[in-house]
Amino acid sequence: MNAISIQEARAQAAAMPLEQIDLSEPELFRSDTVWPYFERLRREAPIHYRKDGRQGSFWSITKYNDIMAVDTNHAVFSSESSLGGITMADAPPQMRRPMFIAMDPPKHDEQRKAVSPIVAPGNLAKLESLIRSRAVAILDSLPRNETFNWVDKVSIELTTQMLATLFDFPFEDRRLLTYWSDVATTIPTPDQVGGWEKRDAELRKCLEYFTRLWNERVNAEPANDLVSMLAHSPATRNMSPMEYLGNLVLLIVGGNDTTRNSITGGLLFMSQNPDQYRKMRENPKLIPSAVSEIIRYQTPLAHMRRTAIADIELGGKQIRKGDKVVMWYLSGNRDDEVIENPDRFIVDRARPRQHLSFGFGIHRCVGNRLAEMQLQILWEEILQRIPQIEVVGEPERVASCFVHGFSSLPVRIPS
Amino acid sequence: MPKVTYIEYNDAVHEVDVPIGRSVMQGAVENGVPGIDADCGGACACATCHVYVAPDWLARVGSRGEREEEMLGFAAETQPNSRLACQIKMTAELEGLVVRMPEGQH
Repeated sequence: MNAISIQEARAQAAAMPLEQIDLSEPELFRSDTVWPYFERLRREAPIHYRKDGRQGSFWSITKYNDIMAVDTNHAVFSSESSLGGITMADAPPQMRRPMFIAMDPPKHDEQRKAVSPIVAPGNLAKLESLIRSRAVAILDSLPRNETFNWVDKVSIELTTQMLATLFDFPFEDRRLLTYWSDVATTIPTPDQVGGWEKRDAELRKCLEYFTRLWNERVNAEPANDLVSMLAHSPATRNMSPMEYLGNLVLLIVGGNDTTRNSITGGLLFMSQNPDQYRKMRENPKLIPSAVSEIIRYQTPLAHMRRTAIADIELGGKQIRKGDKVVMWYLSGNRDDEVIENPDRFIVDRARPRQHLSFGFGIHRCVGNRLAEMQLQILWEEILQRIPQIEVVGEPERVASCFVHGFSSLPVRIPS
Repeated sequence: MPKVTYIEYNDAVHEVDVPIGRSVMQGAVENGVPGIDADCGGACACATCHVYVAPDWLARVGSRGEREEEMLGFAAETQPNSRLACQIKMTAELEGLVVRMPEGQH
């Protein structure tokens, strides 16, 4: 963020009538100027209602403890896909796909349990050496003395290889996973004619591809990959094609965008905070704590959405049945009532795991420990192999109020 | 102050004094006992302070709460004696409590 734009954003955020603040504006995220708006809402209107914003009318929850209260109250704050699911954008009703993150109990619980063994501690231990050998291969193949895009060559590559392994997806086609992830998270703007239909047509190709894999595996012995697990588990084996697609999108986005953007964010933060990078280099035992801090500081998913299914009072505000409620993890992670010096990137915090990036309650990120492990291994190997990585230009950020991430980060490794 | 014995997955034993009124999770975190992550800080919202209560202690520790039951449903490798350590408050009766940690907190 350059000095002028943040000053302008600060002035605009201070001058704008509260009721006009619309956090669904993607430009705020692309330009990284959303911060003063969050600061103002946390201070003046922590439970804030925006009527008729870009994504309709919605409540914004911006403080840590209020977000925790909503996230853990799934009896009132529903994730149900037919009500709008877990993101702010309301897809046309026929394109609202069931997926377990966008379900309430008991169905959510059953489907989640069908896939969660893949990221359980025992299986993670088995994946560790594979992740390490891939991280090493990727780092060793990076060009020297020339500028390249860290997002493409490292962040996408490592996470997409991992995802291909989890699905036992044909390795040479793995960038399709990246592509479908981007398609799924790109929300058509209101002025884009046919945007939702185009998105849907691309996702149906994803379903077609994965239906082939399903058919192969449903007739084979159960194996330890996500497609086989879905095809054989009693909770998921009778899913409709659209429900299969919904769950695929969930697993692809969940396993792809999030870790990808924390990998990129991590390098950027280390470059912006050389004292912290030095501290970690001198004491690699800090890597796990630094990784938690990276995930807090990046917050790769800016929000999760719920729909109230009963009237409820929250922080003195009356939320009505049917209201859209948006938990801004990105803001809660900068709440100084809960996190000391939240705007500073500090690799040795006393309680580094205290952050909202994975959510809390029954929908908490199922792959959180796999994500942490990938980041930890990558940083361990970077410290072993690459003495210096220079960030040589500004990052390009994604224009989205949901995926909080980067499309490019130009870097250079001196030889 | 009552003593609690925490046994890591690798069988390393930690004996710690935990003040009455603190939780078994806090007893671990505040004394640097590894193996309990406690991401949510004790809100019963993450299941990363999963422990196995030694069978002799189960009755004295009491049973799981409703929300605890729900969160434990998503933890890995749960057993009938699984509890969330943040939901066990120390009392004088729990002097000598023994808990084991799972392979990982998830």
